[in-house]
Amino acid sequence: MTASISVSMRSDGFTRHARSPEARLLSRLARNLPALLGAMVVLAVVIVAIFAPVIARYPYDQTNLDAIEQAPSAAHWFGTDALGRDMFSRIVWGARSAVFVIVMVTLLGLALGVPLGAAAGYFGGWVDTLVMRVADILFAFPGLLFVFFIAATIKPGIVAWARSIGLTDLARSGYLDYAVVIFALGVVGWAGLARLVRGQVLAVREREFVLSAQAIGVPTWKVIARHILPNALAPVIVSISMGMGDIALSEGYLSFLGIGLQPPTPSWGNILADNAGRYWRTFPQMIWLVLIPGVVLAAVVFAFNFLGDGLNEALNPEISP
Amino acid sequence: MGAFVIRRLLWLPVLLFFVSLITFALGLYGPGDPVQVMLGMHATPATIERLRHTYGFDQPFYVQYLNYVGNALHGDFGYSLVKYRDQPVGKLIAESLPVTVQLNIVSILLGVVLGVPLGLVAALKRDTWIDLLVRGIVIAGISFPIIFLNPVLTFIFSRRHDIIIAAAHISFSLGPFLPMTGGQWDGIFSTKVILPAFIEATGVIAVLTRQMRAGMLEELGKDYVRTARAKGLRERLVVVRHAMRNALIPIATILGLMLGSLVAGDFLVEPWFGVPGVGALAFDALFSRDYYVIMALTLLIAITYVLANLLVDVMYGLLDPRIRQA
Repeated sequence: MTASISVSMRSDGFTRHARSPEARLLSRLARNLPALLGAMVVLAVVIVAIFAPVIARYPYDQTNLDAIEQAPSAAHWFGTDALGRDMFSRIVWGARSAVFVIVMVTLLGLALGVPLGAAAGYFGGWVDTLVMRVADILFAFPGLLFVFFIAATIKPGIVAWARSIGLTDLARSGYLDYAVVIFALGVVGWAGLARLVRGQVLAVREREFVLSAQAIGVPTWKVIARHILPNALAPVIVSISMGMGDIALSEGYLSFLGIGLQPPTPSWGNILADNAGRYWRTFPQMIWLVLIPGVVLAAVVFAFNFLGDGLNEALNPEISP
Repeated sequence: MGAFVIRRLLWLPVLLFFVSLITFALGLYGPGDPVQVMLGMHATPATIERLRHTYGFDQPFYVQYLNYVGNALHGDFGYSLVKYRDQPVGKLIAESLPVTVQLNIVSILLGVVLGVPLGLVAALKRDTWIDLLVRGIVIAGISFPIIFLNPVLTFIFSRRHDIIIAAAHISFSLGPFLPMTGGQWDGIFSTKVILPAFIEATGVIAVLTRQMRAGMLEELGKDYVRTARAKGLRERLVVVRHAMRNALIPIATILGLMLGSLVAGDFLVEPWFGVPGVGALAFDALFSRDYYVIMALTLLIAITYVLANLLVDVMYGLLDPRIRQA
């Protein structure tokens, strides 16, 4: 698959198009209905996350024991949970948690995976061996279980450390949970990206324009950053877009299991976990308790996957025109 | 080819060394003192000291690590510290492993039976509504959170929810099977397998369908297919005998890699459905901070995965001469 991707990039160099590559990409994407839908959902979630304090109609942790487990109504659009907290507000603030985790984990993955993968592919030799062996070791561990293992084991350590340097309030607040989740997902996530970037760099490295750049004495970092990476970017973008859905899902699972974000910090995962027991006893009267956070989480993962699929097709028209 | 296999085999012990080291270090240092976990908050310092000595936690890290590895090589993975207090971890795993392997085999078979034909049809009917539908199913398969599928599917198909089923005049139910309702696991040949196997298969279906569709499209665009068509071969033969065979190669690789995950129980599905497998064991251990159990499971799954990977690479090299040089 990667081979055909580089072929498609190559053929672009020979044809003159009236429009810029970006404009063509966007117009191809806009013609792909699922991708467009995905992009809109992603955009909507980001907007909700940014303006959560304005959009939420109640504080996310405000309990109201006079109004517990109410069905969706004008006052509580998504109903209320077992403590009378407004579900709509919790979902809205949950979007902020999800977007924050997604962005940070992706940035961490990019910051580690792209330079390491590019260095491995460009320099080869022992750099390549070292990076790819470390990636091999990470790949040997069983996916999500390893993430959960890390999250569960490093948390007491991080909390103890925060306390020891006098950050008791921080240790007590929910913010350290974010650090734990982001670290656990990021540490495991960069390896795949590094492998991908390495493969792309290997394919581009031997091309003529790279040779000519080297020949006229362009510094190595500039050759990599200016000439190689932009040509190796297409599958990275696709992989990141699909990866974001996975991150959202993993964060949901972590928080669902109580290893990720802890209540009252809202996360779609822990909202689902909070409500699942209640839902179990009263089904089907209170189906919204599980349905709404579940559908929201699923919709976001759907959106990223549709977007990734669409980007994949828009960037590789030869594979699937 | 020989050099390739030897290089892989030489790397294997190094890989296993690092995997075990990381697992051990995380398990031992991450959560703090395991003895503290065992005894709770109110233990006297004397008791803690005594237990630390009994379990060897007062020795230096490398001694503990070497002891652990030495014992593990003899099949002794320590004892469960919390839930199944003082039961050997090896025994716990030996009891739950067969259940998980059986369930995983069923779900992978389900994935193959559904995924490969779906991908094939999508590729042949490309850009029609069938293709769109299949691609929708694929994305649904990887998008629906298991934590959401679990409760929703359970209720749709459980005895407590006869309303929906009765309305359709179909009187079958797959439950109750949850530990919460006192459901018991009846082995792999009971109906209780259906839902967990299906939920676990969703990911497999998605991966195989996507690969099969992409593989078929790629093969159908190749020159040998054009040649076959040009010489007047019937379309069915072109598809079945030429394109499909080549498109199945990557499927075989994926299935080979899945061999490694046969021992990895899904720890979101198994506990929910009361399947007494490795996943449920990991779930319990994760919650009760039973680190010997988690360490052993992580090691077990990692080693199996690495070995399966090696096997696939070697087999692939034998099957496809083009790989050998790489």
